[in-house]
Amino acid sequence: MTFEIPKETNPGRIEAVTIGATKEQGGTRSSTVTIGGSTALPFLNFEGDIPHPPVVAMEVFDTPPPKWPEALRDHFRDVIDKPAAMAKKCVEEHGVELISVRLEGTHPEKGDKSPEEAAEIVTEVLRSVDVPLIITGHSHFEKTNAVMKKVCEVTAGENCLINYTETDNYKTIAAACIAYDHSLTAQSPIDVNLGKQLNILLTDMDFPRERIVMDPMTGTLGYGLEYTYSIMERIRNDGLGGDRMLSFPMLVNPGYESFQVKEARAMEAEYPEWGDTTVRGAYWEIATAMSLLSAGAELLILYHPESVAVVKGKIREMFATEEGA
Amino acid sequence: MALSGLEIFKLLPKTNCGDCGVPTCMAFAMKLAQKKAELAECPHASEEANAALGAAAEPPIRLVKIGGANALEIGNETVMFRHEKTFFHPTGIALELRTSQGKEAIQETVKSIEAYVPERVGEDMSTDLFFLEHDSEDGADFAAAVEVIKENSRKGLILSCGDRAALKQGLELLKDDRPAVFLREKLADEDIELAQAFGAALVLMAGSLEDLEAQAAAAREAGLTDIILNLEARDTGELLRNNTILRRGALKSAFKPFGYPLLSRIRSESPFELLAEASISVCKYSSIVVLPAIYDTALLYTLFTLRQNIFTDPQKPIQVDAKVYPIGEPTADSPVFVTTNFSLTYFMVSGEIENSGISAHLVICDVEGQSVLTAWAAGKFVGETIAKFIKDIKLEEEVRTRKLVIPGFVSQISGDLEDSLPGWEVVVGPREASDIPSFIKSVSLT
Repeated sequence: MTFEIPKETNPGRIEAVTIGATKEQGGTRSSTVTIGGSTALPFLNFEGDIPHPPVVAMEVFDTPPPKWPEALRDHFRDVIDKPAAMAKKCVEEHGVELISVRLEGTHPEKGDKSPEEAAEIVTEVLRSVDVPLIITGHSHFEKTNAVMKKVCEVTAGENCLINYTETDNYKTIAAACIAYDHSLTAQSPIDVNLGKQLNILLTDMDFPRERIVMDPMTGTLGYGLEYTYSIMERIRNDGLGGDRMLSFPMLVNPGYESFQVKEARAMEAEYPEWGDTTVRGAYWEIATAMSLLSAGAELLILYHPESVAVVKGKIREMFATEEGA
Repeated sequence: MALSGLEIFKLLPKTNCGDCGVPTCMAFAMKLAQKKAELAECPHASEEANAALGAAAEPPIRLVKIGGANALEIGNETVMFRHEKTFFHPTGIALELRTSQGKEAIQETVKSIEAYVPERVGEDMSTDLFFLEHDSEDGADFAAAVEVIKENSRKGLILSCGDRAALKQGLELLKDDRPAVFLREKLADEDIELAQAFGAALVLMAGSLEDLEAQAAAAREAGLTDIILNLEARDTGELLRNNTILRRGALKSAFKPFGYPLLSRIRSESPFELLAEASISVCKYSSIVVLPAIYDTALLYTLFTLRQNIFTDPQKPIQVDAKVYPIGEPTADSPVFVTTNFSLTYFMVSGEIENSGISAHLVICDVEGQSVLTAWAAGKFVGETIAKFIKDIKLEEEVRTRKLVIPGFVSQISGDLEDSLPGWEVVVGPREASDIPSFIKSVSLT
């Protein structure tokens, strides 16, 4: 045969980021999760190193999400208001290696829970599962700062992924992560340069590179997915191309974003063309997750058990190396 | 080496006859240089031009058409990543029909699929092809099934039939319909003859790159041009890697035997897995994705939306129609919001107003699909233009409300807008759509 497989090697390597800490490492987790570390585009293992598969996390809530569709609520009805129990269910029944605790209820307009209450919830979740945690906040600067500071403190040494900081509000949370040994998500609004800028700011304050995860901000299917998709492909290409301020693993939120939109929730009677409501939300989430996986997502927070199972299975398939290749 | 437009122009007749469909030779040369046209479209090209342009003018991935009047066009892609330019021809979605289903069942499926044309941001979305698989005993079933499909649908057909006599009968029925023939076995001389006799495209199926290359080279040598490649994949990972290698082979190595559109068959029984693999196919280079005969509209709607997203030109944002959109069930006294017709802006703002639980009128101005700040900077979303639009659509006759909520990013236009729109009070809303629900709670909007 005359065709030679065109292999492309890259000068850059995506930073490998480990979340969680075992007893020996100063935490209490029985396992840790490592993402990133690759020198090739997603799943192109014939031309580079892809040491770690992308990872699926599920999310639990300090306050039950008021707008969850029935199709999703059905799976968690007994635990939706018990984050520790829900986390246990996600780990034991759905086999996820990471749990995100969303502290939306600390937002002044969504419950205004105190930092102490948030810390208590996180501690309970830590006790009920032995996988690493992601701690997910919100966009109210003062409150999220106060909450994250407190949570960082009570989970010192656990190397949680503190999710997230943004350019206009990174100092307090980043400093708390450094002080108490946690990793950090740097979120920027679907823009390569803004993403890069925040990474520069963080590394300028000596934030360790191996603790930074980028969140390019997820636009779900039908709501800006193509922007997130292309920004991620650009970030990944630049990172592998040698831009060290863009060579970080990426986190996406297909669950949170998909189940907010009408297409995942509206009843079939109201929109007959959209088809069966009981599966549509999971479909929406799967299409979002799969396309972003192909664009470079390494950490995906998903909601629907069916999506979790399918996306995990597909990651296994795509990550597997061919024998002899 | 690719030739520049000027170099190509020198080789053309320079008569500006327009027979190629382009008014001037210079313009045609430019299209050739951009690989958006082929020299064969010029009936007067000299042999010298043919020789010089031959290889250079051939697009790296051939454009292939399947179907009659409203044929599906696939291929002619020029980039690996959509941000480099755009993906030109959306993945064709084909549904598989089997002769063993029987005529009635086939007819029923075809009819329901024909009727399923949901709309999204002004675009009618639908499946594009049927893939007919002969899997029953009787050869006559095949032509009978082709006939049923043809009677009920104008979508293009891909024919898969192990019995050449039966296949030929099917092809007889599709003389003007440019079908494609899916080869279950290695390409044989008889296949080439059939394809040439009926003007059909050939889908070459292979289990390895070597095999695919050998078949594609043979088809090219026989003078076939409408070729589609199907490299069998064991799983989704192999599909992604195969497609990437073939696309790179065509675009970066300019390897001619692989310069054709790719077809992927998705065989999973679970609809969730099916969708997951089809999503990878749409993102990563399949020009046709063949799905089992399902009629799951939620799945199709999801896949249509993904295809629409991925194949949107990154340079031309999707726009929604400029008009007043009711959110919930607004009355004449409901609040009025205004923003731009960039589809994303519209979706975000309408979604958040809806989330807040109130009913409202959402005025969408035509700014050629730009976001709020860009449109403001370009002078398209300013006091005067917004006021003019509100008057043009006679909003003041529809609503009694006289407060208008504008996006927080353009608070500076408040004064101009109030001057241009006497009787109205302008209220500056939040910058981010996500803050709309709390904003609505905090101020009086009527």
